[in-house]
Amino acid sequence: MKTTEQTHILSYGKLALVLVLLLMLTGMTVAVSYVHMGFWNVPVALTIASLKASLVLLFFMHLKYEGPVIRYSFLSTVFFLAIMIGFTFWDVAFR
Amino acid sequence: MVIMSSDLQDGIMTETQSFFETPSPRGLTGVKAWLLTHDHKRLGLMYMWAILFWFVVAMILGLLMRTELMSQGRTIMGPEVYNSMFTLHGVIMIFLFAIPAIPAIFGNFFLPIQLGTDDVFFPRLNLFSWYLFMFGGLFAIFSLFFGGGFPDTGWTFYVPFSVSTKGNVSLTVTAAFILGMSSMLTGLNFVTTFHRMRHKDMALMQIPLFTWSLYATAWVQILATPVISITFVLVMMERFLAIGLFEPDKGGDPLLYQHLFWMYSHPAVYIMILPGMGVISEIIPVFSRKSIFGYKAIVISSMAIAIAGSLVWAHHMYTSGMSDVSVFVFSLLTFIVAVPSAVKVFSWVSTMYKGSIQMSPPLFLSLCFIYLFTVGGLTGLVLGAAGTDIHVHDTHFVVAHFHFVMLGGTGFAFFAALHYWWPKMFGVMYRFRPAYIGAVSAALGFVFHFVPMLILGLQGMPRRYYDYLPRYETGNFLAGFGAYLLVAGVLVMFVNLLLSLRNPRTAPSNPWGGTTLEWSIPSPPPMENFIEPPVIKGFPYDFSEIVARSQQDGR
Repeated sequence: MKTTEQTHILSYGKLALVLVLLLMLTGMTVAVSYVHMGFWNVPVALTIASLKASLVLLFFMHLKYEGPVIRYSFLSTVFFLAIMIGFTFWDVAFR
Repeated sequence: MVIMSSDLQDGIMTETQSFFETPSPRGLTGVKAWLLTHDHKRLGLMYMWAILFWFVVAMILGLLMRTELMSQGRTIMGPEVYNSMFTLHGVIMIFLFAIPAIPAIFGNFFLPIQLGTDDVFFPRLNLFSWYLFMFGGLFAIFSLFFGGGFPDTGWTFYVPFSVSTKGNVSLTVTAAFILGMSSMLTGLNFVTTFHRMRHKDMALMQIPLFTWSLYATAWVQILATPVISITFVLVMMERFLAIGLFEPDKGGDPLLYQHLFWMYSHPAVYIMILPGMGVISEIIPVFSRKSIFGYKAIVISSMAIAIAGSLVWAHHMYTSGMSDVSVFVFSLLTFIVAVPSAVKVFSWVSTMYKGSIQMSPPLFLSLCFIYLFTVGGLTGLVLGAAGTDIHVHDTHFVVAHFHFVMLGGTGFAFFAALHYWWPKMFGVMYRFRPAYIGAVSAALGFVFHFVPMLILGLQGMPRRYYDYLPRYETGNFLAGFGAYLLVAGVLVMFVNLLLSLRNPRTAPSNPWGGTTLEWSIPSPPPMENFIEPPVIKGFPYDFSEIVARSQQDGR
């Protein structure tokens, strides 16, 4: 098994770019909260939040540069969470 | 008492000092060498003493409850004390025994060795997990003597009662929260060790089944435990801030609590049973002198149980008023979980078929496991089927089913693991006769205890009731009698093991004729486990060498 770690240091430029994107998305979250889209209010807000979380995970937490074990491990947690939330709708949606 | 005598050990005991004489980090002495240790083996033993203490405490609480129920009316305690007793018995047994017992003790001790490495990936985090475990236990004790008195909700902490009761629920759920952290960190350590520390020559299909079961369990620990932690925080918020998450008046949903609670607590029963199944998968082939039947099927079934077991939580809620669609879906999914569990049972039995079976206390306890776990699994189907569940919901039948799986399963696997690995952990061999007497007494006591409870449940006796109708008295008396026999048997086993510690450390490195890596190193192991680089076998359960050596010796 691999026991040596490869280090990967991101440039300041790239980190700053991610920061700017995050701030822009935060601004977008605030902006869309003033627009009433009915059913789409929640999906839009969640999509923006997911984009922000993805940027943090990929660049600040280096998921983009990790091996498949870490990637699949992370994806399995997302999958698990989706099932936990999704399966409660077998109850809530059919009451 | 050494059944395989010295002919099966790998050479003469080496002169290497064991981990008992070599502190890690080096230079620490006395109690510091234990309290600040990074050594996975010392931490395993530290967990062991703490967990044995809690197990005995909770077992005595259970015995007192059963004594109370042996006759109608008040016998030895009042109803409030009885409510606290079953709450404490449940909380301690679940959070301080069944969940940590096998992973924290035997997982810590043997996972790195079975993977051919010197320690877990995060040794300091491992020590921190132990401290969290101890703090969680201390909080549980504090909750008894501070605030509004003993918690009386049962281990499930169902709302609205857990929010409104005067009992000290807040501190108890805090204790469970801290214990959850400990469990998650242990899981994280095991998953990382499995991937990053495994010997470079060990491919996935060369890993021992105990380690595979710990790996599957660790994922459930990592993924499901945060759900219960959040749920306990919500209970605290309800108690202190009354935000109304579970109150329909304030737009909340009372079933939300049950969903959240069982999202963790059902997978938690697989956290409890999977490592036990791993133990049995180690013991059965060794004492059958035969390669395990269906190695790959057992590996796949471990992962399948971990995954499918996480999808069935609402089968605890058939009578709660949730939707019929949900009842149907979760009932169907529950039946799917029975498949991988059965794969394991068939594999163990097939392993013994035409094997050269050598009886020993670990094997005897493993056979008890197979029998009791199978009854537990089959009674689980009665509860998994939505129709029959309605009749036995919240009765003694449920309690008996749960104990067949958790005590008959996890408990007996734990006893088997103690007897199997004791010579390796301490370098001493115990006496067989008291071990057999204790095991037989515990198994018989178990049957006397829980079979009457299955029948009482079918007759309609509810769980958690302080008193009952005259027609339930015989069953309850028998169950109480069984409880005494069970506790006596368990104590005989424990005392026998403890007395063996007075013996000189003369246990051979491989007393049973095992093939996994822990049997290739001295008993007790040296600090960094391997004196020479471990030799990884093509298949971890290849007994050809052991059998050939036995035949050479004319056995």
